[in-house]
Amino acid sequence: MMWKFEGFRDNTAVIDEHGQQLSYAELRHEGRMLCQQADGRCLVFCLCQNVLGSFLGYTAFLNGGVVPAMLPADMDPALFSALYEAYKPKYVWAPKAFDLEDGCLRYERFGYRLFQTPFGDATRLAPDLALLLTTSGSTGSPKFVRQSYQNIRANTDSIVTYLSLTQSERPITTLPMHYTYGLSILNSHLDVGATILLTNQGIAQKAFWTFFQKLGATSFGGVPYTYEMLDRMRFFRMDLPTLTTMTQAGGKLLPELHRKYVEWCQKTGRQFIVMYGQCEATARMAYLPWEQSLAKIGAMGIAIPGGAFELIDEEGNLITAPHVTGELRYRGPNVTLGYASTGDDLRKGDEFGGVLHTGDMAQVDEDGYYTIVGRKKRFLKLFGNRVNLDEVERMLKSQFPTADVACAGRDDRLTLFATDEAALPQMRAWLAEKTGLHSSGFVPCLIPAIPKNDAGKTLYQELEKYND
Amino acid sequence: MTNSEKYHNAFVTALEVTPAQAPDLVYGKSNAWDSVGHMTLIAALEDAFDIMMEMDDIIDLSSFEKGKEILRKYDVEI
Repeated sequence: MMWKFEGFRDNTAVIDEHGQQLSYAELRHEGRMLCQQADGRCLVFCLCQNVLGSFLGYTAFLNGGVVPAMLPADMDPALFSALYEAYKPKYVWAPKAFDLEDGCLRYERFGYRLFQTPFGDATRLAPDLALLLTTSGSTGSPKFVRQSYQNIRANTDSIVTYLSLTQSERPITTLPMHYTYGLSILNSHLDVGATILLTNQGIAQKAFWTFFQKLGATSFGGVPYTYEMLDRMRFFRMDLPTLTTMTQAGGKLLPELHRKYVEWCQKTGRQFIVMYGQCEATARMAYLPWEQSLAKIGAMGIAIPGGAFELIDEEGNLITAPHVTGELRYRGPNVTLGYASTGDDLRKGDEFGGVLHTGDMAQVDEDGYYTIVGRKKRFLKLFGNRVNLDEVERMLKSQFPTADVACAGRDDRLTLFATDEAALPQMRAWLAEKTGLHSSGFVPCLIPAIPKNDAGKTLYQELEKYND
Repeated sequence: MTNSEKYHNAFVTALEVTPAQAPDLVYGKSNAWDSVGHMTLIAALEDAFDIMMEMDDIIDLSSFEKGKEILRKYDVEI
């Protein structure tokens, strides 16, 4: 069992935007009712939204030994079918509007339905497998990350400790349930008896802020794009007296923006906490203690309680000197079991062995604080010089704040994507000057829009087609 | 260009829709007008009319028609 809900019987576990709420005792009861229908350990596909039905499904299944695979409710139907055939779940838990052709309706609650599929117990599960999540970067591949009960328990304990969470917290949802960062907020707050404010509205919608103010939200999490948006929305002028904490993960925030939030938070008695994680590490690997936030702008912090980092050079040796870039390796009990790409893979045990090669390039300073400098596969060699595509992108965004820009490339050629025809030659010239590299290494490419996902992250895969 | 044309144009370019689609758009009801599209649209409207919108108005701008009403506060008649 993941959580001990009986410890907070009378606390409110969740309130949704329509005013529906459940106490921990009710959540426990509702969860048991749902799990009884699922009838023992099996695989369930959960189609996620930030609504009560989805929330009930996740907590019930995880607590009841049923393995949920968390998928976005608005998922592409062809992709859903591919996953459905590849993993053969015994049940599908989905919003009412969803129709499963070969499914048999078994249960209905809070606008969600449990369908039994024709697959039965075709898919066998390893005993410690708890949860399946798609990796945030991969769209279209049927790859899942396999998380164990121990992974989730360990990461939850670490998060509760370093954020000093208590039952008086009221986090409001800003991230989807099929995303590991969104789940980590639920996991850690349910562990201390806090109240989740559940809304499907986005931060650019008025209903979100009405709900926020009415219910007195105390915290939220955001990816860099969330904070870019809030900044453009003149967030700093809003009246939010109950807000105490903002967390940030899911990529590196521009240092200028990091500073802006930290300064605002310090001035108004709040905490801004930068964090670092990956789905392969359950959720979290590091955090920047808020007291250090101003002194360490741009850094992602120190390893969470129970975890440890190492930096590895190109020859595979350990880097001990500060300010030397190497690949970041993490060790800890939250390193997940491994990947799955077919139903058979769900029988597998631990393949990562507690060690995660993050694929991120990083440095450490004299005080032991880590800074991500980019993705390993986002480094090019331009005229023999190592060029970090992420860094180039950040430089361009600082210099040309209004331009929408992305950098990609292959081997010895950097392609500069932008939507502004007039700015493109200026960017190219500026980049050549800044880097001291000849401008012929930077190939300009005008496109109508930079492809992005829902979280505002650039989809580099879609830029690939321009590379030929 | 008239204000009405500028307004219409901002929707067409920011949300990448056809001129015929623009007047029926509602935030969150189509892929074109998601959170990313919303911020692009706000920036386009601010540029087109040389205004700075308040947060309350940014989050209140939820449809083509609603936007006209909001811009009136900034002395922009569509």
